[in-house]
Parts: sequence; structure tokens; C-alpha cells
Amino acid sequence: MEPKQLNILAVGRNEEIMTVMQRLLNAPENWKGLTVTTDEAAITAFEKETFDIVLICAGVTPDEEAVLTAYFKKHSPDIIVKRHYGGGSGLLKNEILYALEHR
Amino acid sequence: MAKTILHKAATRGHADHGWLNSHHTFSFANYYHSERMQFGALRVLNDDIVAGGRGFDAHPHDNMEIISIPLEGALEHKDNLGNTVITKAGEIQVMSTGTGVFHSEYNANSDIPAHFLQIWLFPNKLNVAPRYDQVTIETGRPNTLQQLISPDQNGEGTWLYQDAWFHMGSFDKGGAATYDVKKQGNGVYFFVIKGKFTINGQELDSRDGYGVEDVSSFNITSLEDGARLLMMEVPLIR
Repeated sequence: MEPKQLNILAVGRNEEIMTVMQRLLNAPENWKGLTVTTDEAAITAFEKETFDIVLICAGVTPDEEAVLTAYFKKHSPDIIVKRHYGGGSGLLKNEILYALEHR
Repeated sequence: MAKTILHKAATRGHADHGWLNSHHTFSFANYYHSERMQFGALRVLNDDIVAGGRGFDAHPHDNMEIISIPLEGALEHKDNLGNTVITKAGEIQVMSTGTGVFHSEYNANSDIPAHFLQIWLFPNKLNVAPRYDQVTIETGRPNTLQQLISPDQNGEGTWLYQDAWFHMGSFDKGGAATYDVKKQGNGVYFFVIKGKFTINGQELDSRDGYGVEDVSSFNITSLEDGARLLMMEVPLIR
């Protein structure tokens, strides 16, 4: 089951795609999304807000993903950190539903 | 021991937006089924009909290998890489979306529907420079599997960033072919475009999907004239 409100942080390097992601992540009534394009901004946002899910988007390398995942999990063991594929609406919803179902 | 999954055509997800009538073999957009997320690297298999003159406005993709196969009619593709291309039945289009691509896809005809398959594979390499390619599907060789896609940049057909091989064939009734898996450990997903087949004894109808793991060789027999089959060999990543 989805929590009452789902706070989602998305980090990716492609500014145009992250602008679209910002809109998509805030479209469902119970989703609140924030998108950033740097790891520093992701960590700053994480320190200010509580997130349920972090989506790792295009441009973030596997090494950078590993560092971010370790940081988020260390400070919030229950957080879901997931690679987002596709860059848009096709997979976003069911990626999140699947992650929540299998957390 | 072979492991198989049968997706009968009628069990697919369905979305009818008026201008777009889509059947989803795997979870996509508002269709969610936790048991239907992927077959290995094969993540999306959509069977789409787009009304005349209609289509998808510019939208982004990234880190996916996207294959479009028109079955009837034609699609006009425009992207921010500078490509404006019409892909018609008998051709296939491949995009490696990597770090990100914006594209639109419209029915190139105003008066007839465009019917196409759109297939997404997880890539074997993240954040590649986006690329676009289009190839013509050879016709005139019934009862033969033609290679459409491979990982080999110099191979037959086109290529993509995944250890995947796609083949397609049109068959007469009783026409038969064999297929040997190209890479050990890969699985094969069969999708019947038209007609009826048996694959290693499993009967399949039009638009059925059938995934098979741990089998290295397949015997394919057509049960109808004009039958058409798409085969997708993919790594069994989870």
C-alpha cells in the first residue's frame, strides 16, 4: 500500500528531463517530488526533508549511485533507493509501486 | 530444467485513450501487475494502434534501448538529435536513449491507423551517447528467421547496447525453423504477431507471449499460412 503521502527525491544530470520528472512526480495527489541535478543538492535536500524514495536517474554513474545509496541508507536505513529507467511516464508509476510492494 | 511463462493475449493490460489503443504485455503507465514487470532485460512490449494524424508529443527517454516495429501504416519520428524520419511497415527503428533523448512519434498518415510494436530493453551500459538507427526488414524468404538486432555493430540488421538478438519470420502452414540461443544463459521471449505456432510443443495464438529460460534450442512450427513471429533473446537480468 502507498503511504498517505509519498516524498520522492530524484537526482539526475539531464536538466530538461529532470524538469519533466519534477512535473510527473508531483502529478499524483499523494506524491510530492523534488528533483536535483547534483549529488551535493541531493544530500542537502535529504538533510532538510524526509524522503520515502530516492530515484537515481540518467547521467548518474554507477559509482556515484553507490556513494549516494550508501549515504542515504546509512542515515535512513528504510529509505528506498532505486535506479529509474526510461526518463518519463512509462515506467515511473509501476517502478514506484513495485518498490513499495517489495521494500 | 526449462522454466517458462505464458502470457496469453487476452491477459495483457489494456488502455484505450481514443487516439491510442494499447495492449501491454508488461506493466506500463497505469497498468501495474507485480508479476509482469519484465522478462530479463525485456521490460516493455506494447502493441499500439495510433489513430490517423495523432501521436505522442515530444517526451523524454533515457537509459533504455527502444525498438519500434510498425506492423501497418507508418510513424513519423522527430528527435532532438536532429532526426526526422518516417518508419513504415517493413522497417524497424532503434534508439539507444542513454543520457537522454526527447522525441515525438506521430502517425505519418492522416487517414489510416498506424499499428506498431514498441519494445524497451534495459541497456547493458548506462549513460551512453544517444543514437538512432533504422533498418529495412528483408522480405521474400518465408519460413526463415531473419536477424533484426544483435549486440554486434557489424552484424546483420541493427545493433543496440544489450546482449540481445531479435529475429522475425513469416511462415507458411507447416513451415518450420530452428533457433539456437546465441549466448549461454540468455532466455528467449516469443511474440506471435499473426497466426498460430508451436514452439517446442507449446501452442501459441496471435499476440500470445511465451518466455523460456534454460533452453538452448527451439523448434518452431507454423500452424497457419501467413503466420508471423518475433523472437527476442535477452539476458535474464532481474
